[in-house]
Amino acid sequence: MSYLNLSHLEKVFGQNRVVKDFTLGIDKGEFISLLGPSGCGKTTVLRMVAGFEAPTSGAITIDGQDVTGLKPNNRAIGMMFQAYALFPNLTVAENVAFGLKVKGVARDERAARVEEMLALIGLPEMGARFPFQLSGGQQQRVALARALAPRPRVLLLDEPLSALDAKVRVSLRNEIRAIQKDLGITTIFVTHDQEEAMSISDRIVVMNAGIADQVGAPFEIYNRPTTRFVANFVGTLNTFDVSVEDPGLGRVSLAGQPLTVPGLPDGARKGDVLPIALRPEALRLGQLPGAEAVLPAVIEDVHFMGSVIRLTARAAGAQLSMDTFNRADQPPPVPGQTVEISLSGRDAIVLRG
Amino acid sequence: MSRLVAWAIFLLGCLYFLLPLLGMGEFSLRMRRGEYSLDAYRVVFADPRFWETFGYSLGLAAATIVMGVVLVVPTAYWVRLKLPQARPFVEFVTLLPLVIPAIVVVFGYIRLYNTSSFLPLTGSALGTDILLTMGYTTLALPYMYRSVDTGLRTIDVTTLTEAAQSLGAGWFTILARIILPNVMVAVLSGAFLTLAIVMGEFTMAALLNRPAFGPYMQLLGANRAYEPPALAVIAFAITWGCMGLMQLVTRFSKHERAKA
Amino acid sequence: MPTAPKGPRLRLPAGLPVAWLGLLPFAAFAVLFLILPTMKIVLGAFQAPDGSFTFQNLLDLNTDSIRSAYWTSIKLSFMTALLGCAIGFGMAAAVVFGGLPKAIRGPLLTFSGVASNFAGVPLAFAFIATLGPVGLITLWLRNEFGINLRALGFNLLSYWGLVITYLFFQIPLMILIITPALDGLKKEWREAAAVLGATGAQYWRMVALPILFPSLLGTFALLFANAFGAVATAFALTGPQLNIVPIKLFAQIRGDVLGNPNLGYALAFGMIVITALANFLYIWLRLRSERWMK
Repeated sequence: MSYLNLSHLEKVFGQNRVVKDFTLGIDKGEFISLLGPSGCGKTTVLRMVAGFEAPTSGAITIDGQDVTGLKPNNRAIGMMFQAYALFPNLTVAENVAFGLKVKGVARDERAARVEEMLALIGLPEMGARFPFQLSGGQQQRVALARALAPRPRVLLLDEPLSALDAKVRVSLRNEIRAIQKDLGITTIFVTHDQEEAMSISDRIVVMNAGIADQVGAPFEIYNRPTTRFVANFVGTLNTFDVSVEDPGLGRVSLAGQPLTVPGLPDGARKGDVLPIALRPEALRLGQLPGAEAVLPAVIEDVHFMGSVIRLTARAAGAQLSMDTFNRADQPPPVPGQTVEISLSGRDAIVLRG
Repeated sequence: MSRLVAWAIFLLGCLYFLLPLLGMGEFSLRMRRGEYSLDAYRVVFADPRFWETFGYSLGLAAATIVMGVVLVVPTAYWVRLKLPQARPFVEFVTLLPLVIPAIVVVFGYIRLYNTSSFLPLTGSALGTDILLTMGYTTLALPYMYRSVDTGLRTIDVTTLTEAAQSLGAGWFTILARIILPNVMVAVLSGAFLTLAIVMGEFTMAALLNRPAFGPYMQLLGANRAYEPPALAVIAFAITWGCMGLMQLVTRFSKHERAKA
Repeated sequence: MPTAPKGPRLRLPAGLPVAWLGLLPFAAFAVLFLILPTMKIVLGAFQAPDGSFTFQNLLDLNTDSIRSAYWTSIKLSFMTALLGCAIGFGMAAAVVFGGLPKAIRGPLLTFSGVASNFAGVPLAFAFIATLGPVGLITLWLRNEFGINLRALGFNLLSYWGLVITYLFFQIPLMILIITPALDGLKKEWREAAAVLGATGAQYWRMVALPILFPSLLGTFALLFANAFGAVATAFALTGPQLNIVPIKLFAQIRGDVLGNPNLGYALAFGMIVITALANFLYIWLRLRSERWMK
């Protein structure tokens, strides 16, 4: 039994089934991201855990306690919102103390806890300020302190970074992750940003149309996506059609060149045409020793991004995107140039569905 | 709040507001004994003084609206463009009429502009009409100013002015051809509110002894039984009409903007 | 109040007087038709008939009749402002938070716009036709249930009759002003308070009401002044005999019923003082409560 259990959650709004048979167990101290496009039901799942929405069916337990019918204020959880949601009429310290005050914690203890929390988020001098006097990043840190002050059992993060500048976003997400690890608090993080999800999560749940498509560690999700949706949503993909040569050995051919790919579907027969996908970093510019296949390609576009150069090219009838490292002694190819691209079957992802 | 309580509060509120309207409507039909009739309305509409006072108030409303627009639009524009530091002062003045009761203001008028004063406005009918128009303008000032100022906030006053100036427009042209059309919706909604206020106003007109609609209604109310509720129905219809037109121009302008 | 942006101010010194000339028409209007008339009253309140300075007029206000007029006026204004705020708040909250259909909102606001302007003489007629001696409800209660309102002590031409009548424009005014303020309460505040363990009542006491406090207070002051200066409704309802300040002043202006023109100034001056006090109280409390605003 996990610490936080969501079992067979369903949510129906009118005619709309927003969340379908959602089951997930989260261990104590784990950081889980719900990742998906807007409207996929991830926020609804989070709001059901918080208690703002009642599940149409299914149950939620925290630490063995069934909380499905509890009101939000009896669940002992913490939450950060997308818009800063600090109480504008209270100072930073009063905001952080709010959860303690409604619990009836004594004044001295409250003050000590607030001080501890403000130190934790690195804003020890800001207690007397009002929210409007803080930057967006500072406000969100105070919101984190406010959520953590009453020692919640679970921390819920509803896209807390999406209103911030790119730079603040990265530094704050690392800070959130560090504090979360430090306190060992069970956390659910909702985001539509795959990079964000992959950089800080223990596990990711990729959601599509109310269903959990795949659950796994970031490395697993990225390298072994089980559905086409997951593969496309997480990272960039180049897809090729290949024809099956020998289903037993996983041998296929791409534009006449033989490849051996992992995990052909069971029902595949010789002559079937299947899509396979390769990440941009699995394609190499030039003839590489040990590569299974080398395709001629025409460069269409070159994006110089600093340490990495992203190339768009056309090969074997498909448009593809590939990354190559910048090297000072080797200028990148130019559009229109014909190049060779090396690839290997072992890097390929065979897509189902 | 539970939905049941919400409905209960709302429906009780509706009852309170609907009953007097129902009451005046029903009463106004009771003139003929034993059956409902429109006799009260017939009597009211046949009274030449109804039309005289109605027309008089309508005329004053028009004058008040013109005065309000001429006073408020350039001022609000100028404050936004050149004198943001004067905003607190101007706003304070525009809110004064909400604090100083109309009866006090008109009392001041009567004593200040009497026949022996430096500006003997109350000495002639025309002078008194002008004074009454000014009084009505102060009553409408808080609403007119707020409406126009909000309207100006939605347009970029500085850029429009500079663009017009670079094309050689003078101040009058800028105000009349650029600013006014852009805040027309705000001006119109202020104007309809002014109309509603002026048509029902009693105190100022009564104390300045002018034959306006408000004092006429009061006089009739003191002497008749069935005509007053008929007048109330008419007055309610006028107010409703003014507010409806206000909504209409606002909604119309939203559609226009959505299209653009 | 925020200070003006620094940019334009730096450019101004040479052009300052010219720019201020643009306010001349407005300033002239304000001085001639708002400020001078008010000053005339204020000064008159401190002048003896021969023009010399005196406190006698203000002292002369201290008669039973005038004292009771002020007291009734203050009670009436306070009560209608209080009830207007409470009921208006309840109705607005029912529509904004109570889960009532969205379609109600637009018509309610439009109706409030109409009702808040449907004051004065016709409003009095409407209530006479409803709760007067032969009004709709009076007759209905008498004929259907045998309830005689008058015998029960209710009289439309009394203090409570006026309260009920005044609420017809006070409540909608409150609805008009407070609805946008209620809309300004973010859903996230309520939710954040809930997950932090606060009950609905705690949320209202610690977050929502403090945030709404300036609007509530401002509306209360406005409603108070609105009722305090109202002449037409009371006059059309009860005629000149009702003893409230605006009616007394009305009679004094028309016919010098007090027999002393300068006592009229003092009466009007008292009205200004009371409405101004209400508003200064509001401004002062507002400044205190808005430390957290930009």
